[in-house]
Amino acid sequence: MRPFHYSRPSSLAEALIDMRDALAAEPNSSAAFLAGGTTQLDLMKLEVSRPDRLVDLNALRGEAGHIRWDGTSLRLGAFARMAEAADHPDVRARAPMIAQSLSLAASAQLRNMATLGGNVLQRTRCAYFRDTSWSACNKRVPGSGCAALDGVNRAHAVLGTSDHCIATYPGDFAQALLALDASVVIAGPGGGRTIPFARLHRAPGTTPHLETSLRPGEIIAEFIVPAGGWFRRSLYLKVRDRQSYEFAVASAAVALDLEGDTVREARVALGGVATVPWRAREAEALLRGRKLTEEAARAAAQAAFTEAAPHAHNAFKVELGQETLVRALLQLATMETPR
Amino acid sequence: MNQPLFPAPDVKPGQTPPRYEGRAKVTGEARYPSDVRLPRTAHAYLHTSRIGRGTIRSFDLAAARAVPGVIDILTHETIGDDPRHMPAIYQGGYISDSVRPLGSADIVYWGQPVAMVVAETFEAAREAARRIVVAYAPHPTLAADIRSADAVTQAVEPMTIDTGDFAAAYAAAPVRVDAGYTTPAQHQNPMELFATQCAWEGDRLTVHEPSQYVNNVRFGLAEQLGIDPGRIRVVSPYVGGAFGAKGFLTQRTALVAIAARRLGRPVKLVATREQGFTVSGYRAETRHRVQLAADRDGRLLALRQEGWELTSRADAVAMGAASMTARLYACPNISVRINTVAADRSTPGFMRAPGEMPYGFALETALDELAVALDMDPVELRRVNDTQTEPVAGLPYTSRSLMRCFDDAAARFGWKDRSREAGSMRDGDWLVGWGCATAFYPTYAGNSAARVRLSADGRVHVSSAGHELGQGMYTMMAQVAAEELGVPFDQVTASLGDTDLPPAIVAGGSSSTASVAPAIMAACEAIRRRLGVEGGSPAEVMPALQASGMWVVEEFAEVRAHGLPAESMASLYRGRATPAGGVHLADRVQFALGAQFVEVRIHARTREIRVPRAVGAFAAGRIINPRTAHGQLIGGMIWGISSAIHERSEIDHRNGSYINANLAEYLLPVNADIVDVEAMMVAEEDHQVNRAGVKGVGEIGVVGVAAAISNAVFHATGRRLRDLPIRLEDLM
Ligand SMILES: Cc1cc2nc3c(=O)[nH]c(=O)nc-3n(C[C@H](O)[C@H](O)[C@H](O)COP(=O)(O)OP(=O)(O)OC[C@H]3O[C@@H](n4cnc5c(N)ncnc54)[C@H](O)[C@@H]3O)c2cc1C
Ligand code: SF4
Repeated sequence: MRPFHYSRPSSLAEALIDMRDALAAEPNSSAAFLAGGTTQLDLMKLEVSRPDRLVDLNALRGEAGHIRWDGTSLRLGAFARMAEAADHPDVRARAPMIAQSLSLAASAQLRNMATLGGNVLQRTRCAYFRDTSWSACNKRVPGSGCAALDGVNRAHAVLGTSDHCIATYPGDFAQALLALDASVVIAGPGGGRTIPFARLHRAPGTTPHLETSLRPGEIIAEFIVPAGGWFRRSLYLKVRDRQSYEFAVASAAVALDLEGDTVREARVALGGVATVPWRAREAEALLRGRKLTEEAARAAAQAAFTEAAPHAHNAFKVELGQETLVRALLQLATMETPR
Repeated sequence: MNQPLFPAPDVKPGQTPPRYEGRAKVTGEARYPSDVRLPRTAHAYLHTSRIGRGTIRSFDLAAARAVPGVIDILTHETIGDDPRHMPAIYQGGYISDSVRPLGSADIVYWGQPVAMVVAETFEAAREAARRIVVAYAPHPTLAADIRSADAVTQAVEPMTIDTGDFAAAYAAAPVRVDAGYTTPAQHQNPMELFATQCAWEGDRLTVHEPSQYVNNVRFGLAEQLGIDPGRIRVVSPYVGGAFGAKGFLTQRTALVAIAARRLGRPVKLVATREQGFTVSGYRAETRHRVQLAADRDGRLLALRQEGWELTSRADAVAMGAASMTARLYACPNISVRINTVAADRSTPGFMRAPGEMPYGFALETALDELAVALDMDPVELRRVNDTQTEPVAGLPYTSRSLMRCFDDAAARFGWKDRSREAGSMRDGDWLVGWGCATAFYPTYAGNSAARVRLSADGRVHVSSAGHELGQGMYTMMAQVAAEELGVPFDQVTASLGDTDLPPAIVAGGSSSTASVAPAIMAACEAIRRRLGVEGGSPAEVMPALQASGMWVVEEFAEVRAHGLPAESMASLYRGRATPAGGVHLADRVQFALGAQFVEVRIHARTREIRVPRAVGAFAAGRIINPRTAHGQLIGGMIWGISSAIHERSEIDHRNGSYINANLAEYLLPVNADIVDVEAMMVAEEDHQVNRAGVKGVGEIGVVGVAAAISNAVFHATGRRLRDLPIRLEDLM
């Protein structure tokens, strides 16, 4: 019933023009891209998102739906489906963590629809964000307050929070990209650029409505995951309230480069506990050069959560997040890796 | 664990008829009430309150009216005098709550309907409903849940039980347990939403609505609208899950009927999933204090259970199932107290095993605590206290096979391999715990009627206004008629869920089969009598009909359930048939009983709780159809798992709202959570309960699972968790 303009450009170039025109015609345009639609259409039905224009990117699958190993990097087109990437032999063999993060997410039906680009841009599950009858939500209505601070906040974040927003970044795949030092290829009306994945998401600070560093009209085209010594000894561990079809309460994306039982390099990203995909560099630093014992793992886990700021119902996430990381590290330490 | 997920019931091939309506359901041929398409239907959409307590200051309907296709908007200012006020079912009315819809500017719970839009399309109605702006004056205080300081606690005196001298016996006993337990608010969430379609033809009204009691809807609605019940027909041939939520008339039906009457065209409402959280009743949160005392051999000396149940300020509702838990075991000194705690919430109601689940959780967990205190096997503790006579009034059980259930299920589960010490069983990184508990459910039956027609070509039609909730009512009706008249199952057709048919009781309290099967049997007996083969074998019926020269014999029968007075038959014809039985009889008690065993696994580090294995054994009298009974039992056990570690309706204390009122955030188990669930049926003959010897299996599967799980969690970890649901943070 809420009318909006719909277009389905047939190429990346056309899509950029469509969106540029929309923004030029109406600077405050609420125009949005549509990929698999599993976040976007959901939010439209809830009236959280009310675009006046929807630019459907699904015809771009031919152009940017690839999954390829190019000899030095995994290249993942933004319009590849989650299921395609999760099942792809190169992904499974070369970066098991990525395959796991995808196949442990959502449900088979959603994974068949949802795209990799859409996945990293999925919005928080904060109930107060998703229900427009709550007037206070800084992310939905800047400056309106935050209903979650004094509400039901078991699912909310303990890391990267601010007084303005404590919403958890809900996705799984992003932690894998972050841990593996991926970069994002962005196409824009004014040309393309490539940024580290770590620079894609923005912590809420005082502006929780600004979630990424994408500029208006920009499209994610591809993710590039460079090979590293840790590439194969990697793991995505997801702790959740039920066995499947559920977001993480806490998760850890961990990759290790081991020399004997000594850590040469570690990559740690945490999910379910933070406002953005969370790189735990303090934990990585503590692990580097040490033998991977339970004590070392625990020290690293504690370091990762020194800044944690829990609220009424989510204090357990500090310990749970630490335990999740310890479990992942120790599991990796004993993992057999294919040569 | 290479077994099938749900091992099939042990029945000889060819003996168990398949589900009567199975094909219609899987092919989509089955028309549920909201599937019915009536010409010129207008669509309704509710707008519900966003505050929990206060008043409506004003409406701004301009934007809503401007939506193309909007026909009518009902509010308390525009609806007129109907529907009339009616007390809730608990206070003698027909309806699940007494808050008159669009009755005034007062808001008494979050999610209360404050306006209903009617439009040419569903989409237009929804859009307009969303554009309604309501200005509220919220009340300064709000009691959102059972813990709120502003909630009002009141003792329910008639539910008090005092047998012997509890206080003295408790004080003197050598071994004691005294603990508190809580269960959360939970919602039935049947897959099929709360839909209602109303169509008037002149002064006759047809209501298409999924219902567990079509005659209750008919007579209640007639009273609300002030019209002759004979002019109302309620049709509900299939119900897509109900679990108590569709047990009684709700306030939405009158709104739709009124809208249809105003417009002179059919109106259809399908409440949203979120609205379903307040459109009907739900399982309210409860608190319990249980005190047990025993001698050193485990014999109970004193038992006290006090329950507190959340209710609304408008209606006092209490399940009070300590009346049952107090009668499960031999014990000379018993005390029961029940309280309601009124808060600013919608009126709670029935949800599968309504009182049995929470009260059973508290008592059966306390018993496990007692077993630990005694250093006694929990199965043996139940054996020591087993009885064939209930301890409050000394009445006999009509039949009771509790220990056979325990022994069969324990053997199947492998209980003898359990090492008793907490934390002593471990499998790698997973802590393993085994727990058990008693399942119980009172055997009820109510007055019901049925009609059976036999024709000389060997076909039978059986009808009764019972209800098909997915539990197997069509199958049962056809099967009983086939058996009684000696015709093949596939020659029988059945009709139900329609007020034009002979009336039957509410499909609740696991009483449908126990109530309707005897009526069908009585009608079949009347046919045999007409044919002069009364008391003979079913095989004599068809030859007798063919020899009689008649083509059709048709008989109607009504059956009064044990324990109901003669006058009660009239209430069957007024939509007020109430079940009798359980602990409410003067001469005996009637229960189905069972034993639940579960294995839980808890990750040593991250504390996820999983239930990979559950075995239940149930003795419930005669099982008419093992296939549908098995579905009921494993379904119940899965509900039990869900009640223990998944479900909780999350309440925001600021406005009493449910913030997870959708299937994405309301945590339910998925297939991956349910690994190996086995339900065994223990043979039991009970010739007293009712003519069919049936005790009912719809709800007992739920009961005891939550306690078995909390007991298993204790066994795995040494941590006693007394608050449901048990989530990983409780084990950090
Ligand atoms: C019930 C449910 C359970 C779920 N469980 C999980 C889970 O356990 N783990 C998990 O990780 N996820 C989960 N999800 C989220 C799901 O994975 C995401 O919704 C999905 O990945 C989004 O991808 P999409 O292609 O459908 O994106 P869309 O919904 O089409 O788009 C999402 C957003 O990204 C924008 N967008 C999309 N593609 C691009 C692009 N290439 N460039 C720029 N902008 C773009 C859109 O404008 C929109 O704002 C769940 C979702 C649901 C509904
Ligand atoms: S946590 Fe963030 S998203 Fe949730 S209500 Fe607060 S501001 Fe909104």
